[in-house]
Amino acid sequence: MNASPTLLHDPTSETASALRPRRSPPPSLDGRTVALFDIGKARADEFLDYLQPRLRARGIATARFAKPTNAKPATPAIVGDIAEGADVVVEALAD
Amino acid sequence: MVVVKDECETCHLVLPVLHEIAHSGRDLAIVWQDDGAFLGPGLAPLAVDDRALERSFRLGIETVPTLIRMEPGMDPAAAPPPTAPGDRAPHPADERENSPDAASRTSLAPPTSPASRTSLAPPTSPAPRTNRASPTNATFPTHQASRTGTETGRAIGWIRDDWRALTGIADLGEGLPPHRPGCGSRTQEPGMRERLTVRYGETGIRARRVEAAPETDPVELCYDRGWTDGLPVVPPTPERILRMLGGTRRDPHEVVGLIPPKLAPCTIEKAAINAVMAGCRPEYLPVVLAALEAALDPGFTLHGVTCSTCHSGPVIIVNGPIARRIGMNAGLNALGQGNRANATIGRAVNLVVRNVGGGRPGEIDRATLGSPGKYTFCFAEDESDPHWEPLSVSRGVAPGRSAVTVFAGEGVQGVSDQRARRPGELTRSLAMALRAVGHPKLCEWAPAVLVISPEHYATYREAGWTRRRIADALHRELVVSGEEVIVGARGVAEGMPRSRRGERLPKFHREGLLLVRAGGPAGLFSAILSGWPGGRLLEESHPVTREIAD
Repeated sequence: MNASPTLLHDPTSETASALRPRRSPPPSLDGRTVALFDIGKARADEFLDYLQPRLRARGIATARFAKPTNAKPATPAIVGDIAEGADVVVEALAD
Repeated sequence: MVVVKDECETCHLVLPVLHEIAHSGRDLAIVWQDDGAFLGPGLAPLAVDDRALERSFRLGIETVPTLIRMEPGMDPAAAPPPTAPGDRAPHPADERENSPDAASRTSLAPPTSPASRTSLAPPTSPAPRTNRASPTNATFPTHQASRTGTETGRAIGWIRDDWRALTGIADLGEGLPPHRPGCGSRTQEPGMRERLTVRYGETGIRARRVEAAPETDPVELCYDRGWTDGLPVVPPTPERILRMLGGTRRDPHEVVGLIPPKLAPCTIEKAAINAVMAGCRPEYLPVVLAALEAALDPGFTLHGVTCSTCHSGPVIIVNGPIARRIGMNAGLNALGQGNRANATIGRAVNLVVRNVGGGRPGEIDRATLGSPGKYTFCFAEDESDPHWEPLSVSRGVAPGRSAVTVFAGEGVQGVSDQRARRPGELTRSLAMALRAVGHPKLCEWAPAVLVISPEHYATYREAGWTRRRIADALHRELVVSGEEVIVGARGVAEGMPRSRRGERLPKFHREGLLLVRAGGPAGLFSAILSGWPGGRLLEESHPVTREIAD
């Protein structure tokens, strides 16, 4: 062991992500708009196509959003559109 | 004042001269760096023990003997240290300044030469303070006029006329040769400048300081902090970081780019810290920086590569003279272990992604299986055959220039063909293996690198085939009937959409297959590096080539 402290320098970005508590889901979807978000993964459209008519049949408004590709993150514009246009999001994440 | 060391013949040569100066009545301090006994009893009262090298460091001594003329005033050794922020350790290219030819130099004006980089003109900022006691203080002689003053000139090495001019003694050193180069100061020993800068100067390092207590193993501390990729790292001490920064002329505080997924700014300094941890040598740093910049090109989509469920990580292929200069391996076991540059350059890039960008497996790195290449995957192309167009040249870099190409790739799939003797049959054979990239029934899905071994390449070369001809032939062989690869065909659900049944489908986009030469001289084996499916559309992700600024 060393006789004196060893000085190191931090290799990280020296930042920490802000942890925000998860919002509770609404008690009911009545009167809400559900965003159906296709992130570009294979067959995401099939899943959302299956879900959308079933939500509508229950009188729940839906809105479709899509990223052009799953390879890149959602742009702030897309995230903003979803935040403004919907109350709840269903995201088709995986294949 | 004169700075000397026992291990210098020229310092021994000038001993009679030092006696002449001392007997002339001029104030003289003899600052010795290693063993003052060689000065003898006559000069001992003037001797200043500088084994700790603080005084030599503060004076910016690069060569001994160095004679400095002082006028009463401020203590020159209290001037700002040579390595203040923005004035880092010299670049390796500057080493020639220590050559014998450069070791004898006189500066009668305030020094501007590299050998006297520190301005000894009246300092404009207060001297840096250290909590460490200076061992020179206890044995410092009583020559107040020599201890304090403003430098008005210095002679480096033994140049009789210059020493006469500085001392004003017209017949000084009459019996000596007119000129004799000096030797390197102990401050110039390998690693010494960085150690002295940490001890007596200002490192300029802005990254947060983390102290490992005496009872703590720094390697374990790096584990505990989550700084490693699972293998031990080299603890990033300030000395090592400064040495690493010596590998580039770029400002340590320049931002290389925003590292995904956190989009955190990465400075040259942060890259250097991670390069230290990866085990890089300073001369690798330009390659690390170029690879980072290439990976940060929006066309590469580092965010997607890092966070994907797929196996991929950055594969770095190095071309040009720097690969040879830093000893990279393009031959035997080029894709494997054993070469420091290959191993650590790729690791440094991945550590930056982890530590600066926050791309940690199990967190936002969602790879289902990952691959060993996510530790490190970097190699050089074999450019020994003048008939072969290097990868970088084929991608627009001028011949003879150094460059990196980053490719979002997976592990190594070996391809054995020990029977093909004609280029056509070898091409068909290699194409058959390439169809497995991603899945044999997926086309335009994932790119690939084909690493052609020397023995396979010999078949092409003997037939006069160039890179372009090999690529064209492979692409032709890799076009399949949609009927064969649509979903459900051959009893396999995976495949291309049924709507493409009637098409002829290429396996790769035109730019989706890179050819690289590497490998040992024996073995009729080549290798396929499958790519990230995010690259199925070129505008979403594609390889990026960038020239290395070295």
